[in-house]
Amino acid sequence: MSGYTGELKELIKKAEATRPHRVERARRGEHFSALTMEERERWLKRYHPDCKNEGRKKVGVGPNSGQAFPEEVSLLLESKSILDPESVILDNADYTTDVLIIGAGGAGTAAALAASENGSHVILSTKLRHGDSNTVMAEGGIQCADQECDSPYFHYLDVMGGGHFTNDPALASALTNDAPLTMGWLEELGMMFDKLPGGRMKVRHGGGTSRKRMHSAGDMAGAEIMRVLRDETRNRTNGINGIKVLEFSPAVELLTGKSGDVSGAILYNLETKEYYIVRAKAVIISTGGFGRLHIQGFPTTNHYGATADGIVIAYRAGAELRDMDSTQYHPTGAVYPEQNVGLLITEKVRGLGAQLLNVDGEEFSFALEPRDVESSCIIRECLEVQKGIPTPTGRLGVWLDSPMIDALHGEGTVRKELPAKHIQFRRYNIDISKEPLLVYPTLHYQNGGIKIGENGETAVKGLFAAGEVTGGVHGRNRLMGNSLLDVLVFGKRAGKGAAEYAKSIPGCSAPTLEHVKRFGRELKSAGVENPVTGPLLLPDYAPPHVKKRQWD
Amino acid sequence: MADKKKITQLAAGDRTIPPDGAKMIPFYLMGSEYLVPETLTIMKAVEYAGYQYIRGCGCRGGICGACATFYRFTGDYRLKAGLACQTVVGPGMIITQLPFFPANRPDYNLDNLDNTRGDLHAELRRLYPEVFKCIGCGTCTRTCPMDIDVMDYIALMKRGDLKGAAYKSFDCVMCGLCASRCPAQISQFTAAMFVRRLVGKYMLPKAGHLEKRIEEVKSGKYEKMLKKLSKMKPEELRKLYIEREREPDLAEPGVWMPEDKECL
Ligand SMILES: Cc1cc2nc3c(=O)[nH]c(=O)nc-3n(C[C@H](O)[C@H](O)[C@H](O)COP(=O)(O)OP(=O)(O)OC[C@H]3O[C@@H](n4cnc5c(N)ncnc54)[C@H](O)[C@@H]3O)c2cc1C
Ligand code: SF4
Ligand code: SF4
Ligand code: FES
Repeated sequence: MSGYTGELKELIKKAEATRPHRVERARRGEHFSALTMEERERWLKRYHPDCKNEGRKKVGVGPNSGQAFPEEVSLLLESKSILDPESVILDNADYTTDVLIIGAGGAGTAAALAASENGSHVILSTKLRHGDSNTVMAEGGIQCADQECDSPYFHYLDVMGGGHFTNDPALASALTNDAPLTMGWLEELGMMFDKLPGGRMKVRHGGGTSRKRMHSAGDMAGAEIMRVLRDETRNRTNGINGIKVLEFSPAVELLTGKSGDVSGAILYNLETKEYYIVRAKAVIISTGGFGRLHIQGFPTTNHYGATADGIVIAYRAGAELRDMDSTQYHPTGAVYPEQNVGLLITEKVRGLGAQLLNVDGEEFSFALEPRDVESSCIIRECLEVQKGIPTPTGRLGVWLDSPMIDALHGEGTVRKELPAKHIQFRRYNIDISKEPLLVYPTLHYQNGGIKIGENGETAVKGLFAAGEVTGGVHGRNRLMGNSLLDVLVFGKRAGKGAAEYAKSIPGCSAPTLEHVKRFGRELKSAGVENPVTGPLLLPDYAPPHVKKRQWD
Repeated sequence: MADKKKITQLAAGDRTIPPDGAKMIPFYLMGSEYLVPETLTIMKAVEYAGYQYIRGCGCRGGICGACATFYRFTGDYRLKAGLACQTVVGPGMIITQLPFFPANRPDYNLDNLDNTRGDLHAELRRLYPEVFKCIGCGTCTRTCPMDIDVMDYIALMKRGDLKGAAYKSFDCVMCGLCASRCPAQISQFTAAMFVRRLVGKYMLPKAGHLEKRIEEVKSGKYEKMLKKLSKMKPEELRKLYIEREREPDLAEPGVWMPEDKECL
């Protein structure tokens, strides 16, 4: 059956031939030299997909008017509403609450718990099921400076350096300072971190870390965090500070008061196709990233609902965005077998010692460069040096030499440390403890997003945001393990911030869709012809031969 | 393969690219026949047939449990289960997805186990008495798409080995397939969720170094350092970044210390 094809098996032999020598060197602590800061910049400029000019488009309207973003993003920012704002009657609310949270991944759920703890009644609306999100997919781990040799100071340096010093310093400070508090909170909620027998956290390095501070829970840190938070939410559905969860009910538009402050949202029941009006004193957007827009045709690691909805509706209400032209490609997405294309191969594999090899079985980069740099190295090796490995379906990749892990740390390490990956490839008759993986960069993370302050507040009154949907925390490049941390730290901060704001105002202002009407007028005067309808909500993967027959 | 022409364009995107000369096979979606290329996952085959998912699709990566699926092959009596995003279609495969299955999940307060004076096993008995009615048929284990020995973690729960049950059930994606087949009407995965949280909170030793760091953060120790860094010029910050020491890869946790201890 499948496994690797004969040709690929032949090529694997070249990697096997160089392995003993590479393992020897790794044992001595010798590795391929990392790029200097100057080389990094040069490589990024020449090879990173963000730096290509084709596929970009200037936005003609809204707070970021004049800036060029990936075409897929710009088209949605210039999209028209799903609703006709002139004909929607907003007199009767279907739900009234203190805090409405849009998007129930890690950030939204942390925000819900925090808002509830701060006395607010919460509605948590989400597009798929509670927890079907990018959060559940995070495998590698979560960063926190809790070792004796570490501190938020060094964590901060790593965050800023990783982001090429483009981060918002206040947000990076909040992130690193709150990290231990957040980890303590998770421990109290009964999360099963990987620990040594005495209770000490198991920690590892990640790309761009100076200290080992990657904490894990098997290879499913995100899933463990998500299921624990979701479980806790389910314990707190009752009371005046209860949390009501509405699944399969994505937000399609915000509601604003006369002065432009946010006062609720319109949700859409994907199954009954009804719209619901929710009035809220404060709204938190936590809809995650945009991987499913498949920027420049890249495959993605993201979950099915990652379609940039939050940004689209917040933009119409006047929220400013930052760094939206910056996208993180994870250096190691699977390109073989076809069924696993786009699947993330966690950085942990490299953290444990697996190296990247070209078609001749040679190392061509330091395996723990920051992600954007590593991606550039791989793209360069494949497209410029032409030493990529072609797959039977016309993709290109490089080897990620996972068998090195057992060679370095003992037989069985791969199975123990990477159980899910081991299963996912064993299904296709590939034993990753014995055969390397074929990888290429894949669209992974939205670096930019809605501009926020330290408590998740945005430029629009009453509107908060947290998680991947925001920009600034990581600047133009995020390090692994800082995003799970980000969504929890700022989810909690936004939850508390929104609850306090809700308490501070007498009631929610009468809801209108004035901002949508205004946005429609702006589109017209900017000459945007035939705008697409947004937000996108769900990607469409029907093949061309089906589309042709879907007559309407 | 031996093609030497320079490759500059990559096949990409998420829409299925059937491998060259892919064979088309009949596939039955809730009884309706569609021809799809072999080697697709069930999820991609359903989309290839023209469906757009609302339910039954979440992460597309085998970890969220949204895509639980039962299937059979024509002419074969055996019932199989899997995740649609992870299972490859075969000729004559008949599938139905199970995007939701009702489960029993009593509320509880993890901080307050007074009902049973902190006796964790008694707490399990109180909330999930049905767990103790398992008849050991093994259907759950045979059904689990994550290859978890579900029957065994239930047995460990019965015996009071909660830690064992927590680790044994750790890979659970909460798809609900086990519960859908249990003759004793047990919702194995919700009971396991409860047990894992009990173990995480009450049975795993606390991380002492974390506790200490939390105290330090609460005392405001790092705020001044961070403020100073926040105000620094990029050149200065860059210098600190380049000069920072790196903990050696093979250092045991908690052993290595840097030369520069001022900002710990
Ligand atoms: C495969 C993978 C591996 C990763 N590994 C790591 C890692 O090891 N460490 C790390 O720190 N980070 C990792 N990340 C990144 C990290 O997981 C995410 O950035 C983070 O979890 C995002 O959390 P969030 O709550 O902001 O968004 P999400 O978790 O994506 O949640 C957003 C939610 O909003 C919903 N939604 C979308 N649109 C709407 C709408 N219109 N209305 C209502 N709801 C909507 C979505 O369906 C989703 O449920 C990984 C990401 C991926 C994809
Ligand atoms: S234990 Fe049950 S719910 Fe969990 S993955 Fe297995 S079948 Fe699904
Ligand atoms: S299916 Fe139910 S009764 Fe059968 S072994 Fe599993 S838990 Fe026990
Ligand atoms: S879609 Fe998440 S497990 Fe299949």
